[in-house]
Amino acid sequence: MIYLEYLLLIFLIVCAILAPLCRRLLNAVLVFAAFSTVTAILWLLMQAPDLAITEAAVGAGIDTVLFLLTLKTAHFLDGTRDKK
Amino acid sequence: MSAKELWTRFAAWVNGEAAPAARFEKEYQPKHSPLFRRKPREVSTGQPKTYEVWFYRVSAVLASVALIGILLATVTRLPLHGTPGTPDQNEVAERYVEQGLEETGAVNLVSGMILDYRAFDTFGESCVLFLTAMSVFVLLWNDKHSLPPKLEAERKEDDIILAEEEMHLLRHAAHFLTPFILLFGIYVVVNGHLSPGGGFSGGIIIGSGLIFYATACGQKTVSRFFDRKAFYILNFICLAIYAGAKSYSFFLGANHMENPIPKGIPGAILSGGLILPLNICVGLVVACTMYAFYALFNKGDF
Amino acid sequence: MKEIASLLAQNHILAASVILFGIGFVNLLLQKNLIRKIIGLNIMDTAIFLLLTSFGYIEGRYAPILVSTTDPAQVEQYVNPIPTGLVLTGIVVSVSCTAFMLALTQRLYLRYHTLDIDAILMMVRKGGN
Repeated sequence: MIYLEYLLLIFLIVCAILAPLCRRLLNAVLVFAAFSTVTAILWLLMQAPDLAITEAAVGAGIDTVLFLLTLKTAHFLDGTRDKK
Repeated sequence: MSAKELWTRFAAWVNGEAAPAARFEKEYQPKHSPLFRRKPREVSTGQPKTYEVWFYRVSAVLASVALIGILLATVTRLPLHGTPGTPDQNEVAERYVEQGLEETGAVNLVSGMILDYRAFDTFGESCVLFLTAMSVFVLLWNDKHSLPPKLEAERKEDDIILAEEEMHLLRHAAHFLTPFILLFGIYVVVNGHLSPGGGFSGGIIIGSGLIFYATACGQKTVSRFFDRKAFYILNFICLAIYAGAKSYSFFLGANHMENPIPKGIPGAILSGGLILPLNICVGLVVACTMYAFYALFNKGDF
Repeated sequence: MKEIASLLAQNHILAASVILFGIGFVNLLLQKNLIRKIIGLNIMDTAIFLLLTSFGYIEGRYAPILVSTTDPAQVEQYVNPIPTGLVLTGIVVSVSCTAFMLALTQRLYLRYHTLDIDAILMMVRKGGN
């Protein structure tokens, strides 16, 4: 079990380094969603299921939606809107 | 200034008709008192020089690396992960675990803790959520349609696309899945004192279901059963019930009364005294707030 | 040196959360884009939450959800419920903070048409609109 924790922690650190380095902001937000989901798995391993269920709903759900809506208002989602 | 004039100005300020402008009419001018002889600092408006930028970057990285080093050195002195007998395994945790079921009636000790022993903390939490929703209202509510014309045109275009285009897959999936998502959210809220979950997580799941439905079918469809008025009323009722249930003893000046709701059999849904109603209140506040965030970020109105 | 490495490997969650905190701090200082700054702040939040939860965990014990409702509960069976409750409140506050910061970002974009904090500061100093 401890090796699984090592693996997940290394994934977390890689995500945290990569998320702000992505050139497109859309990719950065998606990598951050993956970061939150892996945090939820870690909390499940640490016997805190209340936190896991909350973080899974917050990090992958609400936070991502809010970030994406901000990007939409700021016209950073290139190529996702049909040109007319 | 007479009292009547003061009152009219206060009433105008409350109604939002006129700002109390008299104090701000004069342009602010920094005083040069003899105590502070220095002139106001000149703010440079040019680009920073290259060496300044690099000095900032290098010192930022160095400061962070030093911070990580100091904290890692602290970590080596901390008790090991997962060992019993650390200082935070104190008598409080012992009391919560051993007496929790008897005193709160909740099987999930975390729920029993945050909604019974520390219910006032959670009340502040719900108020934080409500305040944030209000702040986002202040910042993003587009009631006068005063956005730049390009953005207004885009938002109208979104509505037209949603109305015209035949997104069969998304619509059918939304119609099929939304009841299940909402049902799961309600399950998590109602079972908060028996299983993992509770008001916060269940409320967020319900809010996500509403957001999903609004994405597929448009905010107008959702506003048929959940509009701004419903948001205000639900939030007010839930926060008022919570405040009344947990803070009356502050005003009446006596010990907390014996809980009128019986604790019930531990393990049944209708048990745990006040925990179930408070969970439902918190869940409703969270769900309303999450949907309000989505609506305000997306359209500026709902 | 070897002792320190083995200690850190045993205390892996604390060590990783400290490193995550540092990474988030570097992002907060170095990034110019407001969205990336907010992501960095969220990473710092998560690091603190991991650290707090790790203090409550005890090897071989289970989540604080009672197995039996008739027997009296034993402390030796369950992990510490206090950090879980604290972090649960923290997560929801961090969501509200993120929403508030993103709303401010939208307003800044609508006024200055950029998300670059340096460009915004430059425009503010020049006094333009």
